[in-house]
Amino acid sequence: MDQIAGDLRLVSLRKEFGDFVAVDDIDILIPKGSFFALLGPSGCGKTTTLRMVAGLELPTAGQILIGDHDIASLKPYNRPVNTVFQSYALFPHLDIYENVAFGLRRRGVKDVATQVEAMLSLVELDAFARRKPSQLSGGQQQRVALARALINRPEVLLLDEPLGALDLKLRRQMQLELKRIQTEVGITFVHVTHDQEEAMTMADTIAVMNQGKVEQLGSPMDLYENPKTTFVANFLGQSNLLTGEVMDRGDFVGVKVWGNHIKIPASRVATTNAKVWVGVRPEKIYISAESNHAHDHLGNQLIGTVLERSYIGVSTQFIVEIPGFLHDEKIMVFEQNVDASEVMAGDQVRISWDPAHTFALDAKQDAYAGDVLAEAE
Amino acid sequence: MTWIRKNIIMIVGLLVLFYMFIPVFVVIALSFNEPKSRLTYTFDKFTFDNWLHPCSGAEAMCPSVMVSLKIGLLSTLGATILGTLMAYALMRYRFRGKGVANVLLFLPMASPEVVMGSSLLTLFVSASFPLGFWTILIAHIMFCLSFVVVTVKARLAGMDPRLEQAAMDLYANEWQTFRRITLPLLAPGIASAALLSFSLSFDDFIVTNFNSGSTVTFPMFVWGSAQRGIPPQVNVIGAAVFLIALAIVVLGQIIGARKRKALAA
Repeated sequence: MDQIAGDLRLVSLRKEFGDFVAVDDIDILIPKGSFFALLGPSGCGKTTTLRMVAGLELPTAGQILIGDHDIASLKPYNRPVNTVFQSYALFPHLDIYENVAFGLRRRGVKDVATQVEAMLSLVELDAFARRKPSQLSGGQQQRVALARALINRPEVLLLDEPLGALDLKLRRQMQLELKRIQTEVGITFVHVTHDQEEAMTMADTIAVMNQGKVEQLGSPMDLYENPKTTFVANFLGQSNLLTGEVMDRGDFVGVKVWGNHIKIPASRVATTNAKVWVGVRPEKIYISAESNHAHDHLGNQLIGTVLERSYIGVSTQFIVEIPGFLHDEKIMVFEQNVDASEVMAGDQVRISWDPAHTFALDAKQDAYAGDVLAEAE
Repeated sequence: MTWIRKNIIMIVGLLVLFYMFIPVFVVIALSFNEPKSRLTYTFDKFTFDNWLHPCSGAEAMCPSVMVSLKIGLLSTLGATILGTLMAYALMRYRFRGKGVANVLLFLPMASPEVVMGSSLLTLFVSASFPLGFWTILIAHIMFCLSFVVVTVKARLAGMDPRLEQAAMDLYANEWQTFRRITLPLLAPGIASAALLSFSLSFDDFIVTNFNSGSTVTFPMFVWGSAQRGIPPQVNVIGAAVFLIALAIVVLGQIIGARKRKALAA
């Protein structure tokens, strides 16, 4: 078991439950020592993937490699993998000390006491060693679950929605804590979550999953700035998606959106189809009175009317209607509240953005994919 | 009037409890009786003799109590072990015929004891198996089994399967997981199943009577002596059983309260 080490690779991994395909031939490479997140709505197959790596589900097909060893058919107790379970699954009849020592004792490790004490102080629970799990708060239980898994120094640590049961403030705190611990121990972390913010805060690399498939894999910035599918564009943050048709291709691709000309860098066009969704994030757009030409240099511009204006503290959000656009293709604009905005509801406005902030997706995809899901979670 | 209306539920409750406990009070009272003749059930004279010398005066009683205790303990042991393993298999594994097994388990509980006793007798006789201690034991393990399975299954159903998965994840193999996690968490369920088995076995008359051959258990002794007049020592055994049961329940409550208190602290 000790010689199983290296990157974690999922090769054409597949899991069916009867007729339902939970995980659909996914291929993922997770480099040793990285913090990796599987992000997606409930039922997307992320937890099933995690359970297959842990050995709690047998794959229908495919391989799970750590280094060169295929561990897909090994029993959970023969894998150098440990899990932090959703709602922790601490053993209620054992005290904190014995919970943390459980893995060491099963493997017949010698210096249990020193290791457990060191681990308990790492998660700042020294004083609670003889308490039962039910006597601890949610945040403390979470740290016990982490300590119980980490003490075994696994090759891969799996985290199944580990922060889901905590309140918002504690969750933020634990996100930073988890990231710190991961950097300290250098173990590969695979983190399953439906919370895009959580994934983006912690992970080096995120795989966005939907309906058993990986929609897109990349760094948080890569996914956010350059989504390759409408699902990713909507599930991570918000996007304006407009009906467009490619007119000319070069370094910049020219797209016609209801009679308006929009420029997009060729590298940010994810399709060779002529019909596209033209996307731009609401916070990338500048909004000003129609007479104000300060942002003309940016390149992409539309003229419209402000339908709604709502002040929400950090920003002011506008919904702008552009003449000639479809009814549901109104443009959302978020403006930082640096100065008082000159724009009011009902005003004629000029909205401008940099072509480098524009992306184009295949128009065959559903413009609302991932939208409702992101809100429901 | 208003006082009655306010406390009517309490009053009715106490009356029901009183109704339930009259037989017990009578047994306890009669255990201190010194009857003038064999046939009387009236309270003649108060004495401690029955409690001090329970085995004298009714010679066959004490051996029959020993038989019942032995059968009770052995059938409890057998039924509890078998039943716990069965419940575990039914809850944690998928296999062919699981649904049928689940339904069939209820059958011994639902079928009348007379039917069960007589059919067992037919079985033993046709297999020319000698009736006696062992046939009683086999019968008792059989009818206790269903109760154990149902009790332990209920406990297992309330147990998060992730606890066992977590143990496996932490390098415990199947046996270690059962021994270190499942069994300790099932213990309260198993204990109550064992208590239930013991009282079912100790108490049983109908099935036992069919399959006992020449072996005499305590309920059979009481039945036999009832036709001539029950010796007061029987009431001593009855009262003792009641008091032991009471002690176990009270002890359980105290331990439970302590645990809750410790958790709250």
